[in-house]
Amino acid sequence: MTVNRSGTPLLEMRDISIAFGGVRAVDHVTVDLYPGEVVGLLGHNGAGKSTLIKILSGAYKADSGDIFVEGRKVEINNPRDARSHNIETIYQTLALADNLDAASNLFLGRELTTPFGLVDDARMEAETRRIMGRLNPNFRKFAEPVKALSGGQRQSVAIARAVYFNARILIMDEPTAALGVHETAMVAELIRELKAQGLGIFLISHDIHDVMGLCDRVTVMKNGKLVGSERVEDVTEDDILSMIILGKNPRREAA
Amino acid sequence: MSDVAGTGAGTTPKRSLMAQLEIDTRLLGMLGAFALLCLVFTVVTGGTFLSARNIFNITIQTVSVALMATGMVFVIVTRHIDLSVGSVLAMCSAVMAVVQTQWLPQGLGLPLGHWLIAPAAILAGLAVGTAIGAFHGYLAGYQGIPSFIVTLGGLLIWRNVSWYTTGGQTVAPLDRTLLMFGGSEGTLGPTWSWVIAILACVVAVAAIWSARAGKARHGFPVKPVWAEAAMTAILLAAVLGFTAILNSYLIPSAKLERMFEARGETMPEGFTLGHGLPISVLILIVVAVAMTVIARKTRLGRYIFATGGNPDAAELSGINTRWLTVKVFALMGFLCGLSALVAQARLQSHANDIGTLDELRVIAAAVIGGTALAGGIGTIYGAILGALIMQSLQSGMGMVGVDTPFQNIVVGAVLVIAVWIDIIYRKRSGAMK
Repeated sequence: MTVNRSGTPLLEMRDISIAFGGVRAVDHVTVDLYPGEVVGLLGHNGAGKSTLIKILSGAYKADSGDIFVEGRKVEINNPRDARSHNIETIYQTLALADNLDAASNLFLGRELTTPFGLVDDARMEAETRRIMGRLNPNFRKFAEPVKALSGGQRQSVAIARAVYFNARILIMDEPTAALGVHETAMVAELIRELKAQGLGIFLISHDIHDVMGLCDRVTVMKNGKLVGSERVEDVTEDDILSMIILGKNPRREAA
Repeated sequence: MSDVAGTGAGTTPKRSLMAQLEIDTRLLGMLGAFALLCLVFTVVTGGTFLSARNIFNITIQTVSVALMATGMVFVIVTRHIDLSVGSVLAMCSAVMAVVQTQWLPQGLGLPLGHWLIAPAAILAGLAVGTAIGAFHGYLAGYQGIPSFIVTLGGLLIWRNVSWYTTGGQTVAPLDRTLLMFGGSEGTLGPTWSWVIAILACVVAVAAIWSARAGKARHGFPVKPVWAEAAMTAILLAAVLGFTAILNSYLIPSAKLERMFEARGETMPEGFTLGHGLPISVLILIVVAVAMTVIARKTRLGRYIFATGGNPDAAELSGINTRWLTVKVFALMGFLCGLSALVAQARLQSHANDIGTLDELRVIAAAVIGGTALAGGIGTIYGAILGALIMQSLQSGMGMVGVDTPFQNIVVGAVLVIAVWIDIIYRKRSGAMK
């Protein structure tokens, strides 16, 4: 499937910088994302990709730089702002409250309420059953705290949360790191389905096969700087590896 | 093969009975321990322990600590602690005492016994408690000072600010209206007690029925009708039985005569009147219901438990956990104010040592009631039951004639053992990693 990159990007992060103490974790990085596109974000640990993504999801505030959603400049100061622009994040550490059940986690921060302003548990559970029936039909443990769930089940709760609230921009931080083979395939299938619906997805991963199979473009970072952003069909796995390890863009060097 | 099938058939109905009733086994254990405690003291005291009079007394003695314990559940669930509740109680009590005996009568010139004095004093006490709590919450939430430290400081500070507020004096007598909140001076009498009990039964049945209807509407499994009916029947029997006991405890005839004289009447020969439900206990019931609704049915409660379970997840879900901390501590402070009202009215004076060591009783009640110090787990009814168990233990030992030092040793041991049993239980049931 080809991605139409002629229009306005769904998202553009322009010239983003953030420093922690003296360390420039993200140093003048510009990335963009088009509708229906999956962009793989690659780099060593500490390359700055998670930090960049946390700026987008509102967990950190950039020192400088601008964020544009569909060409409009937006302010993202906290996770609520990000959500209001339909930016949803699935964290590596699976940001779930272990002591609450699947429905409470899915709707956390956006509970459905009755006309009296009380949380409507029955309706939330019904909605959770509905969406889980689509995403993971084998999911049964609706009444138990998510502590009792397997890695894949927890991941499906996290993904359901993003899908249910009509994310347009989805950030997935190592979505398959804790999963088995079957569950990984399930998540890959889900990413293709979301992409077909026109979502833009940032996929942080260490697995180059994953990236080559799922992504349309790869963006590589090293030491907080952008190494390059290339279409998958234009590069080989070796090219990507050299970008990650050496911090050099073979295509630019050649040109 | 047949062996396996045999054991399977043997264990399944037993398990499904508990499952069908949806009984919290932890609650059942606590009720069992409480029943055992009552049984032992009843036998040792020759029945006095379960007399209407003693039940009435234990109930009104429990209210102050139980009120604060409901707030402490939220504090501990959000992974905080409040060591200052006893001192904040003293501070609120001091403010209420000086407002009613000095500021209003002398400052504004209201005559003693004016109708405005009690409500004004109560509002002042509640406002002071809420403000102190909110300030603690601000220091812990926004400034990142560990709540242990903030409230340890508060424990010393407020106890002594309260000392300066009254100039170190015991303040008495208190306003007559205000004394109604203490227990035996303010009871509803049998008629109103029955009205409230029956009203409570109606509300309980309606709530159970509507929860069931809500589940059924979405096609979720519901308890069998007999199980629902049995649980409801037990609940109603408990409410009505408790009311009957409180109504059967008669007001002493000398006191009745004085009450009639105060109204300018003479008491008819052979007239008797039961105490009924004390206003302080009614307050506790209302607070317990309100706090339970907050915990289970409001966003605030959901966020409190989510923050306790995983603060990062809560933050990333867009929950303002700092503001939440302020709210939780402000609520705790408000309940300290309410507790101060009940405590000073019951003691009929404000003394410097009011509420001393209450922080430990309150934390112990919450923890015995199943609140996990690691956060994320706790129930309101558990904390109240915890407070009741502690008060019964203390009261029972007092009746039996156990020395005060030894009473404290027993209470301390019970706290540790209760938590120990809880840890074993949670390990077994897999609720803890």
